[in-house]
Amino acid sequence: MGEKRPRSFYLLAAFFTAYVLFLYGPMFAIYILSFQGPDGGLTFPMNGVSLVWFGKVFSGSGIVDIGAAFKRSLQLGLVVMVCTVVLSVSAGMAFRRSFRGATFLFYVAIASLIMPSIITSLGIALEFRLLDDFIIKSGVGDWTTAMGLFTSGLGAHLTWTLPFGLLIMFAIFNRFDNRLEEAARDLGATPWQTFRHVVLPIILPSVVGIGLFGFTLSWDELARSSQTIGSVNTLPLDLQGLTTTVTKPDIYALGTLTSAVSFLVIFLALVVILVLQARQRRHGSDAGKGMV
Amino acid sequence: MMLVFALFFLLPLLFVTIVSAWDYNEYEMIPAFSLRGYSDTFEGCIADLPNLCTILKTYLKTLKLCLLTWVLTLLIGFTVAYFLAFHVRSKTWQIVLTLLCTIPFWTSNVIRMIAWIPLLGRNGLVNRGLEGAGLIHQPLEWLLFSEFSVVLALVHLFTFFMVVPIFNSMIRIDRRLIEAAYDAGATGWQTLVNIIIPLAKPGIVIGSIFVITIVMGDFVTIGVMGGQQIASAGKIIEARLNALQFPAAAANAVILLGITILIISALTRVVDIRKEL
Repeated sequence: MGEKRPRSFYLLAAFFTAYVLFLYGPMFAIYILSFQGPDGGLTFPMNGVSLVWFGKVFSGSGIVDIGAAFKRSLQLGLVVMVCTVVLSVSAGMAFRRSFRGATFLFYVAIASLIMPSIITSLGIALEFRLLDDFIIKSGVGDWTTAMGLFTSGLGAHLTWTLPFGLLIMFAIFNRFDNRLEEAARDLGATPWQTFRHVVLPIILPSVVGIGLFGFTLSWDELARSSQTIGSVNTLPLDLQGLTTTVTKPDIYALGTLTSAVSFLVIFLALVVILVLQARQRRHGSDAGKGMV
Repeated sequence: MMLVFALFFLLPLLFVTIVSAWDYNEYEMIPAFSLRGYSDTFEGCIADLPNLCTILKTYLKTLKLCLLTWVLTLLIGFTVAYFLAFHVRSKTWQIVLTLLCTIPFWTSNVIRMIAWIPLLGRNGLVNRGLEGAGLIHQPLEWLLFSEFSVVLALVHLFTFFMVVPIFNSMIRIDRRLIEAAYDAGATGWQTLVNIIIPLAKPGIVIGSIFVITIVMGDFVTIGVMGGQQIASAGKIIEARLNALQFPAAAANAVILLGITILIISALTRVVDIRKEL
């Protein structure tokens, strides 16, 4: 550790700092600007400091119904989060043994991750449109559409969040010590007990991480939602629509609020992960401590 | 899991392919075989020769944006990953700095795009600063809603996708190899070119696949940062959809898909993804 750092270290450190500034700088600009005074415009300088624009967002004047979009995004994000966690964990467990179609499923997941979003989106939209046509033709009276937030929208989001969840599970189980499970089995634990008392506590911090990915990816997802969400909009879609029409700082206020939700979720997840890891360390091993 | 992918990924892709060969009129699609989706897309291409027609120009422009973004994200991503992997010595700092780069990834892309507006706009910080310094006398118009801003935003958004896989490959490189190179008298540059880059290649390829596929299909960033003025492959599909011309949109999607698959298969020749996880 004591050796002198080469000059390249300082060059690269400067580069890294510049990159981080590049990442965060613009975001802080809009967070500051969202506190613009009532006469302020879209750019610096600030004309006083106020909460006027936040009030505008909440009262809903001037902008489309943001409150409703906010709630829809939140609900969808939570459902996506739960589905992602459950499906990723079970798929991750399944992948530890080889099963028929494992390679195929793996490649499908990767393909789903790197497929240009607009194509997935278009495909799902077409699928539901054809389904609607089919149902209407088969004579169901006043059928409108099967497309909606929790059918096509949920599916679209899952094609985006599940591959991430699966990759995280792979990363976990690459480092997982199978002997722990064998020990549990030898002691007479049922498969469910093994999972519940041995595997789950060990992977729990990472599972929280998957939940974090599931929620934040869904919360900010735009391209895949664009054609599949039906008649209502999620928050990012509304935001995108606003970029072309709005000329007041209320869009910044909205941006700040959306980011605040993201940061809150990230913060909570990180705290939970840290607490879980600390607990693992405390209760981790009783080797060498004698009989308890 | 399989069911979800089948319902929401494989089946939709199948429908895209089928519908791309359907006929259509102003407001609905007609389930009869026709290549109108494709022929409309390339309308006037032969008549206009030797000049390029709109569609080819659009794809070329998309490729150009894609290439620029790829080169920039690769350079920045590689440098950042190199710093994190080889120069940050304690594990805790590595985690903290990696998290620092990850957090923006968990926040909204749209917001990170509009965040550039107060900086690059006509009265934005950059123009004000340059005017204040006496370097320019009129605001620079090409800063915002131009190809420059599109590439800038794409690099801003997606460098992370380069950093993670490259970093992942780099921390697996055996440090003893580098020491051996040093002992054998290699300069820092020789070590980088002959040892680190070849061993980090899987990460580079995976990162490249991410960035290229995202940029090829992108229509949101190009729409917002280009002021809805710049055409791209993704924008064509969106425009066709808004006009309810589903088969035409599907035909474009199939073309885009073909190009993307070509690029990916060229890249996967270089490295086996499955082995690297």
